[in-house]
Amino acid sequence: MRIRIRHETTYRYLEPAKSAIQHLRLTPRNYDGQHVSDWRIDVDRDCRLLQSEDAFGNIVHRFTADGPFDSLSTVVEGEITTFDTAGVASGTLERFPPELYLRQTALTAPNAAIADFARASTAGESGMLAALHALLAALHERMAFDTDATHSATTAAEAFAHGRGVCQDFAHLYIACARAIGAPARYVSGYYLRTDGDEQVAGHAWAEAYVEDLGWVGFDPANGVSPGERHIRLAIALDYLSAAPIRGARAGGAGETMEVKVRVAPTQQTQSQSQ
Amino acid sequence: MDHRVTQFDEMDGVDGATRPPYHKLSQWLAGTPPELLASRREQAELLFRRIGITFAVYGAQEATERLIPFDILPRIIARSEWSALEKGLVQRVTALNLFLKDIYGAGDILKAGVVPSELVYRNPGYCPEMAGRRVPHDVYCHIAGVDIVRTDDHGFYVLEDNARTPSGVSYMLENREVMMRLFPELFAMHRVAPIEDYPDELLATLRSVAPPRAPGDPTIAVLTPGQYNSAYYEHSFLADKLGVELVEGRDLFVKDDIVYMRTTEGPRRVDVIYRRIDDDFLDPLTFRPDSALGVAGLIGAYHAGNVTLANAVGTGVADDKAMYTYMPEIIKFYLGQEPLLQNVPTWRCREPDALSYVLDHLDELVVKEVNGSGGYGMLVGPHASRAQIEEFRAKLKAHPDNFIAQPTLALSTCPISLAKGVAPRHVDLRPFVLSGAKGVRVVPGGLTRVAMTEKSLVVNSSQGGGTKDTWVIDDAILGPA
Repeated sequence: MRIRIRHETTYRYLEPAKSAIQHLRLTPRNYDGQHVSDWRIDVDRDCRLLQSEDAFGNIVHRFTADGPFDSLSTVVEGEITTFDTAGVASGTLERFPPELYLRQTALTAPNAAIADFARASTAGESGMLAALHALLAALHERMAFDTDATHSATTAAEAFAHGRGVCQDFAHLYIACARAIGAPARYVSGYYLRTDGDEQVAGHAWAEAYVEDLGWVGFDPANGVSPGERHIRLAIALDYLSAAPIRGARAGGAGETMEVKVRVAPTQQTQSQSQ
Repeated sequence: MDHRVTQFDEMDGVDGATRPPYHKLSQWLAGTPPELLASRREQAELLFRRIGITFAVYGAQEATERLIPFDILPRIIARSEWSALEKGLVQRVTALNLFLKDIYGAGDILKAGVVPSELVYRNPGYCPEMAGRRVPHDVYCHIAGVDIVRTDDHGFYVLEDNARTPSGVSYMLENREVMMRLFPELFAMHRVAPIEDYPDELLATLRSVAPPRAPGDPTIAVLTPGQYNSAYYEHSFLADKLGVELVEGRDLFVKDDIVYMRTTEGPRRVDVIYRRIDDDFLDPLTFRPDSALGVAGLIGAYHAGNVTLANAVGTGVADDKAMYTYMPEIIKFYLGQEPLLQNVPTWRCREPDALSYVLDHLDELVVKEVNGSGGYGMLVGPHASRAQIEEFRAKLKAHPDNFIAQPTLALSTCPISLAKGVAPRHVDLRPFVLSGAKGVRVVPGGLTRVAMTEKSLVVNSSQGGGTKDTWVIDDAILGPA
């Protein structure tokens, strides 16, 4: 499936920003499930985009921009062809052995309630793959999708206590549970081609867990499915924080607000608009 | 079990016969009236107050800044003893640096199964962001403070490898300065190895690990969390002695992967940062996003090879108390040598047999949190109440991985001077080990920490411990004068 993506992030400031520095994890890599045919990054301020790779193998762009400015906007745009790999993320760049991804972080650390839930929802399953699928179903069932209940620094434990959250919270919870039952698991940030319209206000996130003899398998607990042709992988890491599409800091620029516009659409439908 | 039975005193040995390094001090003490000692103790207190050397104590009722108790009697080590200790320290820190290079690089020691990989990859001190990076000259731990204890005439044991941001060196230097002012006669009687060149050695070490592209005269800065940090005094002291700027995160900024310091003459490029901020707080773009102490973009500049951080990021994995138990194997693996310094025998509570032994002997053992430091979160079995022991029993059962246990060592004692006379107190020793491009070096001596309370084994300054000047003296002039 050919998918066109445009992702615009705009920061606006009530008082002008003197300078800003950002790290962008906004460049997808190829793997068996996707081929990036065209991708570009634009920052609407004078700056040098320095490219490097982080420890997890993600492509990172870094820039510093000098103000004053009232807004700062980053647009990434491109086209990707996706292939159904039955949820298995093969052909990925791996910088760590799977066991690194057993490492819990502050955002994924399971409390007793999460550990109990992970055990209870996977009890009796034969084999890790079956357990991970059971976990996917149980978590999708247990948690309600709610864009107002949590924020970007909400931990898995907090989201679990609320019983609600966004894809990031679902992913953290899935990762917390998978690691708790001994499966290496990681956070995937990316995009999702929805069936209910092209315009979105955020990217997407899901999890991958490692299964012996099979490799990394995707699980999208917010949608209750395994990732397929509609999922575009952007970055992987231990949690949201280390995979975040944008991390930044600024001097000045009090009263910051952020607006995200994401358009994910099949290429045929958007060709006329994007040219 | 009465620990005093086998008690080794650094001056009086086990049998009360004065050991050779202390002959002159002992004679001098015998001939010195108590009033003189009392007045020197007072002078010492005054001098330290004037210097303003203080230490903030966490967890006290109110934020307290206080003097660390100082004892005026030097702790003396003979050159021959020191040489053996020094060789052991050099060996140990050399292995530590090789270990860090390996686990952030090829991972040979994990592939060989010498150290369990989960102890590395799941260690809070392990920093995934450092994987696959090289640091100048492969030096990670530029400044180590290795805690040493002795139990008898021959035995030095390593208690902890402090590989992150060990503190205390300012006390070592100040103690010497104060002692030279108070007791010129004692220095005249002994040939004491100088330590005053520590700042020069530190500066040379930091310069030697500057990024390859840095100018011949690299700009160095000391990065402090600020005046509310317990070791702020030391940070400003060291910056002063090194002749470099003391900066906080807000004094630095990063532009296009280059670190600059704001100065009155405009931005100035910084090449080497002796940072006294923990990894987690260094850069809000890479680590804790809520850190106001760090510098946004610092790690980007670091990975780009434009600035050197000392110590390197991620050294905490090597001074973890669980990793400590593998140090003998680590030394053998990289150097093909037997360790010159012994570890204290340690039970890894993560191993079921060890755990059950520890649970059965809590009243005899010292139990420590794997990632704890500063004497917080520690059980000293023989001195603990029943309630404290039961509290630790519950903690151990819940999270055995988080703990190790060691026998209660009969730490050596050293005489201290009190109003009521001279009395023995337990001591340890923290020598400071510097690793640079030209190798590993140890300043003779180190910081001797004293448990000021009778029979107490806890020497940490955060727990009321004090310090002493530490002398390494030439054996040639030992013996009765």
